[in-house]
Amino acid sequence: MANEEQKTPLLDQLEEGRWPSFVKEIKKAAAKNKKAEALLGQLELSYTEKKVHWKHGGIVGVKGYGGGVIGRYSDLPEQFPDAAEFHTIRVNQPAGWFYTTEALRKLCDIWEKYGSGLTNFHGTTGDAILLGIDTDKLQACFDELAEAGFDLGGSGSDLRTPSCCVGPARCEFACFDTLDVCHEITMEFQNELHRPMWPYKFKIKIAGCPNDCVASIARADLSVIGTWRDAIRVDQEEVRAYVESGFDIQGMVVDKCPKKAVKFNAETREIFIDNETCTRCMHCINEMPKALRVGKEGGATLLIGAKAPIVKSAFMSWVIIPFMEMKPPYTELKDFVRTITDWWDENGKTRERIGETIYRLGMPKFLRDTGIKPVPQMVTAPRANPYYFWYPEEVK
Amino acid sequence: MARTDFGPPHYSTLIPDIIKENYGKWLYHEQIRPGVLKHVSETGAELYTVRVGSPRLASIDFIREICEIADKYSKGHLRFTSRHNIEFLLDDQELVEPLLQELAQRGLPVGGTGHSVSNIVHTQGWVHCHSSATDASGLVKSLMDGLYDYFVENKLPNMVRIAVACCLNMCGAVHCSDIAIVGIHRKPPRIDHEKVSKVSEIPSVIQSCPTGAIKPNPKLKSVDVNPDKCMYCGNCYTVCPAMPIADPENDGVAIFVGGKVSNARTAPKFSRLAIPYLPNNPPRWTETVEAVKHLLEVYAKNALPGERYGEWIERIGWERFFKLTGLPFTEKHIDDFIFAPTTFRTTTQFNW
Repeated sequence: MANEEQKTPLLDQLEEGRWPSFVKEIKKAAAKNKKAEALLGQLELSYTEKKVHWKHGGIVGVKGYGGGVIGRYSDLPEQFPDAAEFHTIRVNQPAGWFYTTEALRKLCDIWEKYGSGLTNFHGTTGDAILLGIDTDKLQACFDELAEAGFDLGGSGSDLRTPSCCVGPARCEFACFDTLDVCHEITMEFQNELHRPMWPYKFKIKIAGCPNDCVASIARADLSVIGTWRDAIRVDQEEVRAYVESGFDIQGMVVDKCPKKAVKFNAETREIFIDNETCTRCMHCINEMPKALRVGKEGGATLLIGAKAPIVKSAFMSWVIIPFMEMKPPYTELKDFVRTITDWWDENGKTRERIGETIYRLGMPKFLRDTGIKPVPQMVTAPRANPYYFWYPEEVK
Repeated sequence: MARTDFGPPHYSTLIPDIIKENYGKWLYHEQIRPGVLKHVSETGAELYTVRVGSPRLASIDFIREICEIADKYSKGHLRFTSRHNIEFLLDDQELVEPLLQELAQRGLPVGGTGHSVSNIVHTQGWVHCHSSATDASGLVKSLMDGLYDYFVENKLPNMVRIAVACCLNMCGAVHCSDIAIVGIHRKPPRIDHEKVSKVSEIPSVIQSCPTGAIKPNPKLKSVDVNPDKCMYCGNCYTVCPAMPIADPENDGVAIFVGGKVSNARTAPKFSRLAIPYLPNNPPRWTETVEAVKHLLEVYAKNALPGERYGEWIERIGWERFFKLTGLPFTEKHIDDFIFAPTTFRTTTQFNW
């Protein structure tokens, strides 16, 4: 149904070039779907005017849920009636973003029937995003998604869809089972995920090692990052093989170790690691994955508070629990999530992320209220000022 | 009513057999060529991953196309990465080459592993967001066209993670990227006094402002914005639709550099301001693409093997970063927000 009158000279230029083109994608969808065609027209106008043409989201949703669907309306409904309503459905992705083609095709079939045929694989939080549906089709679309086994993700002031790295499914660095933790946490907190009840959003990202391939330290209110407590495993045979292959162990590994914890004996061609000095940064393991492995005693460091600059600055997550074993059914982790979110729910202001609440009220108060014991791993250095509180029970 | 709260499909029903059999048993991996990884298990099993760039905004036709490929080469299984790439997972080395040929034929780029620019994480932009100061999809498409060789080859000292956020809300980990591109506004919001109290709660609007620039205007049952205090974050607009801030003439992008999330060698870092403003210039954002290319090339030429962008700058110092890139250092680069003093130099150790 290519509309002869709808010309998109600016967007057409984005069909050129070697990288796959999203304009081609919109056009493919537009050939079969009026909503996608309307999007193309509205986007061309945005490109002409250098201005967005979407209005603030309104309240839309499906029965039984408070989140998972985001209202999106065009501010030019007369000009683009088919894009007047263009809501987003967030579909909770499987842990590690693994799919069978059967599952993906089911999603496509449902989306072809009800929506624009446009998707994001994936949104930055992790969900599979279905982009562009009318209000009156939402329920039927969700019902079919549910039948096919796809539940909604989070939106609004709720637990956002947890996501994790590929973990033990395909990575030798995984210090615990990230996929299982992600799935179990998602299942445990279905109510918090689907019904906005908190001061603001709460993100959990789960990374199997300090390389942090899901960027949890930068964007998760609760960052779960794999680490270990024992020694790095060394295979000296493989160390020799690296030497023989011409790999510069001294330059690429020893000299780059941030704690100078790696020693290399050029004569015996062996590596020695001072594991007490090592801070488990992953560098040597990343460089020599055949010879070096993460320790056997794996678990995770729990960090709290990361967020982007809005409102009062960006934070990276702070270490709260230096080490937690990650053994099913993950009771300790689940209890921890409840403890901190309950505290935040009690103390947080509207639209305040947990990191901002902790910053406003002070880490000592947060620790005191939640019963978490202070340990040196929480700080890069103790405070430099004498302005601290004493409580009545501590003085006479 | 349909059932609710049943959660996502269980990953164990979606992973290929070779992964099921070797789950948690992977011993090591190597990059066979850019975009192709080989993982070897304790059991001796070998898994080949072919990583493919995607436009992220995909039609169901595209999803069906990659399903077709997965059926043919990876037994009907595939996965996506945290940077919107697609990965085909092969248990048969013989199929790698035919798959690469087919992907080339279909125009799908293979890369994004090792010392490369991986796919750009980005947000919705003009395509689907109400608060965007720039488009994301078009900017990213233009950037990836310009940086294509850096995706398919390993020509950099280390990986370079680029991210685009179309406004300061920064959905995604933009603020800790090697190169971060952020949509910005440069003028205070315009206030529709008639509508403010009808579409929002005035105390929430006042509270939304990080600099205290918003004051109540009881006469008009509205608010006023002190233009001297406003730094155009747009947070008030998110709370109050009657305070639009989008401005075709003045919106554009800023570029930050040197951030990372990995703990390898050095601690995770925030990206820091390199270029305060470049205009929105759709559809190709030529100035931005050129600037990013330039930032990438200066790094590629000067950094030591293995150094991430921020590690390189830390070694040579920001003084030399500005010298080497030729970028002007301005008052915009000196922080005056909440944690500004933590960025002021308190030592005589610096470079000329």
